[in-house]
Amino acid sequence: MKSTKKPTQRLHVDWTRCDGRGLCVELLPDVLRRDPWGYPLARDGSREPAVPVQALRNARAAVGRCPRLALSLLATTPETRGRHSAP
Amino acid sequence: MTTNHVAPPHMPRLLAAQGPALAAHRLRFGDCPKVNAPELISLLDAAGLSGRGGAGFPTGRKIAAVSGRDPVVVGNGAEGEPLSRKDAVLLTTAPHLVLDGLELAAGAVDADKVYLYVPTHLVPDVTRALDERRASGLDRFKVTVVEAPNTFVAGEESALIRRIEGGPALPRDRTVVTAISGVRGRPTLVNNVETLAHIALIARFGPHWFRSVGGGNNPGSMLVTLSDATAKQNVVEVPAGTPVADLIPRPEVVRAALLGGYHGTWVRASALDGTGVSGVGIVHTLRIDECGLARTAEIADYLAAQSARQCGPCTTGLPRLAELLGKLAYERAQNTDVREIRRLVGLVEGRGACRHPDGTARMIRSALETFSADIERHRHRSCEAAEVSAV
Repeated sequence: MKSTKKPTQRLHVDWTRCDGRGLCVELLPDVLRRDPWGYPLARDGSREPAVPVQALRNARAAVGRCPRLALSLLATTPETRGRHSAP
Repeated sequence: MTTNHVAPPHMPRLLAAQGPALAAHRLRFGDCPKVNAPELISLLDAAGLSGRGGAGFPTGRKIAAVSGRDPVVVGNGAEGEPLSRKDAVLLTTAPHLVLDGLELAAGAVDADKVYLYVPTHLVPDVTRALDERRASGLDRFKVTVVEAPNTFVAGEESALIRRIEGGPALPRDRTVVTAISGVRGRPTLVNNVETLAHIALIARFGPHWFRSVGGGNNPGSMLVTLSDATAKQNVVEVPAGTPVADLIPRPEVVRAALLGGYHGTWVRASALDGTGVSGVGIVHTLRIDECGLARTAEIADYLAAQSARQCGPCTTGLPRLAELLGKLAYERAQNTDVREIRRLVGLVEGRGACRHPDGTARMIRSALETFSADIERHRHRSCEAAEVSAV
């Protein structure tokens, strides 16, 4: 078996920046939808939704064009990420 | 691990010294041994110590994960949780155990900078302890004391890091683990002060001693803050996993208990016998003449007000949740209101820079479950608590 598979790219939202302009939702309709307040909501319910290969181009466009610069693509899996609970 | 001092046999352990002074500390526990990094990590792994600040992450693994140049080590004593007072009790009665642990952790990662993050009212206590150590030549590391503001989220890890960098104590977005990039981009280790005090005891008396109390997967002792609707809070040291019912003075007058604080879980009185204390040690009881829905609405109000208002879903969702819970408690709520609460809980969860919305969601979900029968009664303008004569 060839191991040329690239790690899954995940879409990370910086919630301290996002104010729900909605560009990402328009570019990534299969990954995101808008919540009742206009903020992006992951369709799969995850914290950092995986971006399917065919949507990667649009995901990169969303990262570059987000007016709040709130988006990034992460190659890592959520388990390797540091998320810590509030006190 | 060689010490000629006798290990505290059972309880208390953390609170075993006669007073907060260095002399009393050394008399009870002896000098802090020098332990290198691999030794400390294997001692902590063997002890099975997990973080006492809430997240419960294995401490040995956390120290081992720190990698990179010029690491920073921080002792976290912020304790913004209104139902917790154990870190304050520890810092005022056993500051030297905390400082021993801080030095051991700093030594293990070869720290470049060491901080102790505590609320303003505890600065004199820790400063006095640090002065005593300096006078005795026990200061391997210079410890900088940083004041934590008195807010709920001030002790959250990224908020603590921003504060130490000179910014506001507000959470921030992270895409890299703190162990690799924390304070000013340096690898950073943040440990709760009680965790540090346990490190100091394990380095002295060993993992076998540590595990001689507590449960198999929840070993050692832990500090627990007990409270009820009165302002009085009582801090006790007990074996981890002790049935919650055993910690409550008058279980017969208790309707339910909130375990783990405002981000914790409501549990019915009948289940408290089979529930062991774990995680962040908080047991807050609700008497049978108190309404769980009213108490939940009150807490939700507080949590909504304590949102840092940086993240949209939390800023918008928490006040709306608090409003609906108020309606559930004091007005004639409809089925649609309960459904709306459940929907909003799902919408705030996992959608913030920190876990404030997640913790709030957890507490509200458990309230809907625990007080489900009372929700039905409130709809018919009655309340379980009102049917009980005063206790």
